[in-house]
Amino acid sequence: MKNPLSRRAFLETSLFAGASTLMASRLAFASAPTDARFVFVLLRGALDGLSAVPPVGDPDYAGLRGQIALAKTGEGAALPLEGPFALHPSLTFLHKSYAAKELAVLHAVASPYRERSHFDAQNVLESGDLRPHGSTSGWMNRALTALPAGKSPEAGVALGANVPLAMRGPAEVASWSPTKVAALDDATLARITDLYARDPLLSRRLADALESDAIANEAQAAATAEDGEAPMMNTVVERDAKEKRGYNARYAETARAAAGFLKRDDGPRVAMFDTTGWDTHANEGGAQGQLALRLRGLDAALAALKDSLGPVWRNTVVLVATEFGRTAAINGTRGTDHGTGAAAFLLGGAVAGGRVLADWPGLSRANLLDARDLKPTRDLRTVMKGVLRDHLAVPEGALDSKVFPDSAAARPMDGLIRG
Amino acid sequence: MTATQKDTAAAIAANRFGLGARPGELAVIGADSTKWLLRQLKGAPPVLKGEGLKPSAETLAKVIELRKEVQAERREKKKDAGDEQDKVVTALKLPAVYRPVYIDEVYARFSHSVSTDRPFLERLTQFWTNHFAVSVDKIAVLGIAGAMEREAIRPHVTGHFQDLLLAVEKHPAMLLYLDNPASIGPNSKAARFVGKRGNGRKVGINENLAREILELHTLGVDGGYSQADVTTFAQAISGWSIGGQDNGRRLAKLGVDNGTPGEFLFREVFHEPGAKKVLGKSYGDNGVRQGETILRDLAMRRETARHISTKLARHFIADDPPKAAVDRITRAWLDSKAHLPTVYEALVESPEAWEQPLAKFKTPADYIYSSYRALGIPLREKRRALQPFESLGQRNLMPGSPAGWPDASADWDGSSALLKRIAWADVVAQRMGDSRNARDLAPQLLGATLTDDTAKAIARAESGSQALTLLMASPEFMRR
Repeated sequence: MKNPLSRRAFLETSLFAGASTLMASRLAFASAPTDARFVFVLLRGALDGLSAVPPVGDPDYAGLRGQIALAKTGEGAALPLEGPFALHPSLTFLHKSYAAKELAVLHAVASPYRERSHFDAQNVLESGDLRPHGSTSGWMNRALTALPAGKSPEAGVALGANVPLAMRGPAEVASWSPTKVAALDDATLARITDLYARDPLLSRRLADALESDAIANEAQAAATAEDGEAPMMNTVVERDAKEKRGYNARYAETARAAAGFLKRDDGPRVAMFDTTGWDTHANEGGAQGQLALRLRGLDAALAALKDSLGPVWRNTVVLVATEFGRTAAINGTRGTDHGTGAAAFLLGGAVAGGRVLADWPGLSRANLLDARDLKPTRDLRTVMKGVLRDHLAVPEGALDSKVFPDSAAARPMDGLIRG
Repeated sequence: MTATQKDTAAAIAANRFGLGARPGELAVIGADSTKWLLRQLKGAPPVLKGEGLKPSAETLAKVIELRKEVQAERREKKKDAGDEQDKVVTALKLPAVYRPVYIDEVYARFSHSVSTDRPFLERLTQFWTNHFAVSVDKIAVLGIAGAMEREAIRPHVTGHFQDLLLAVEKHPAMLLYLDNPASIGPNSKAARFVGKRGNGRKVGINENLAREILELHTLGVDGGYSQADVTTFAQAISGWSIGGQDNGRRLAKLGVDNGTPGEFLFREVFHEPGAKKVLGKSYGDNGVRQGETILRDLAMRRETARHISTKLARHFIADDPPKAAVDRITRAWLDSKAHLPTVYEALVESPEAWEQPLAKFKTPADYIYSSYRALGIPLREKRRALQPFESLGQRNLMPGSPAGWPDASADWDGSSALLKRIAWADVVAQRMGDSRNARDLAPQLLGATLTDDTAKAIARAESGSQALTLLMASPEFMRR
């Protein structure tokens, strides 16, 4: 396809019988019921919350953390927040966002899951259910179906080849990632569309793919036409651009692609992407090292998201969360093992930020869960529910039963969104 | 078997149990699909052949040598950066050593997959490789993950599970992937030695391998073990390490054997002494045999049998595995004491496996293998040959986590994934041009699963290459 817009035109004018109705992707809307945007960034592998948001003022912190403890002052010192808390020195964009009151930091949070399997924990975090494998759909998708104004469900987009569990379910969700091979011509595509006429799954998927491809291509074409050169970036993004390699650069690219979808008036309102590599069992590092590098990539990706969203950032909330935390003490290989209480971030122009939201249990041995993990004092679902209710206007009744089954006791957190 | 089932059986055997039909394969299978499958299990599994394949110990020894060079260089320059810095420098140099080895390995595997006439055996092999996943996004295993499949998995695919299990858990790739080589018991000789030196360095257990053995490799996450079982089991396998590594150098002062570089080594000085209680049973301390005995017991447990039977049924029958089939396979496992050919036989003889054609959505690797087999696509230069795995989203030996690649339609049928597949099929079809006749091929590849719609679309295509694209993009070729 030579012209990015022609594939879209083709969708609307397909000559093949049946194709035009089958191609009716529900991804794009003339008028969406809400201006609010929501992005979920899932960190798979269990982010070490005690390094990302080190409680440097906790009397037990330095002892437990040994060689990987972050310093309060001096070279490579953590970036101060309120109380005993600080941010990892890699998280410079987040630190600025905190100062700008666009970042709320959550600590000692956890999903209802209390075992230590990554895969079951991710399943619970994504499904919104109480038990692993309790549901084959995800909380974000069910939230989309519960939006008040839509006659048809509002759409979302997952950045990646496939749709992660959190976004699976009855509402239409496309996946998008760059498809390099673009030689496919319209005539062949039309015949394949026809061939899928009796296959509901494949026909729906193909229609969504073509639609999101068109949107992404338009966004890219528009960005290039607008200014010919890269927009003004903050220093983190610039630094990452110089490092144009590996995961870190790819995550920033993904964030920009997400923004391309979200900033359209008629585009999806909800997006999700995930990142991996957080399972730091050995040689985790402190101010420098393995985790520091990953955090820098995450920080740069979030900066890129803000940068690309432009004015839409004002209406945006980004939730960054992980399946569980890691052990309070380092292990024998200068890393940390699977734990429980974790850190999370709420970021965006719509967030009532500049705060650390934590009922801090402390790190003394008596206060640790099973004498090893940070004790969770807040159910992560209360945060998700607060955002969905106050930002996307999902009715509370639906949140308690449909979006997060049997969760009435986990009350939505108040005051997360700027009034 | 009903008449329709008989018609679809050969296609199911070739496409779901195998790696995708090659022209003529359905005719070879003939009327007795089960027999064709079981025949492939007879005789020694084939040894992978290919340019550049070498033992993992040789590759690892090279890396250990590299680290020594880095150390020597530093000492010459009299820098006082120390051990950690050396590790970083070595890590930066690793990819240059490892990447060519990785490419040779996965190319040999790809080449075998598209040409083998024992495709069921190869699918089983790769099922186990995924069950015991090590992912090459961890650079430390990039050069030895392929060798693990050749050295620990292939020789045991038609043996007993307990031998397979032991071979895998003792392989350097698995030990490195799940951080066991430097896991040190808190009361071990090494820990006491370090404690005496009193420089504040902390040593201890790393429970990663123990946890994943219980959760992923044997019992399964609902297999009834506790955190205490994980910790104790980790202590039992502390000392399961690799020969020639640096941490042996420091211990040379204790007169400790540093083993053969790159090979499994039980480091007695790392091992947590004493009897260990795992899953309610006490295991006396007899060195390396303590962990081995626990593994052998795990292999025979009902939970393990059920966990792996469920995975087999999901892989070969349906995303939502029928209970009757899982029960049957589990029983075969327990009755035969985990004799794998008996287990496979129970699988292929499950009527459920033949009732629903096209029940599985192909993974990208399935799609690539079956396309190559279907069209007889010649393999290109190594790096280019491996490109499709990257562009379709399933890089070889890189599932990204010890859980391996997921195995259900929803994990692979995203809209973007589908478009990439179609786009790739189109490029391949154009490359093959008129050299293949899709109209002749379709019934040979899809047998009774070929629909009238697809046959018609192929017949009406405006060019030979478009017909091939339609064949590869068809709903029945997307599934197995």
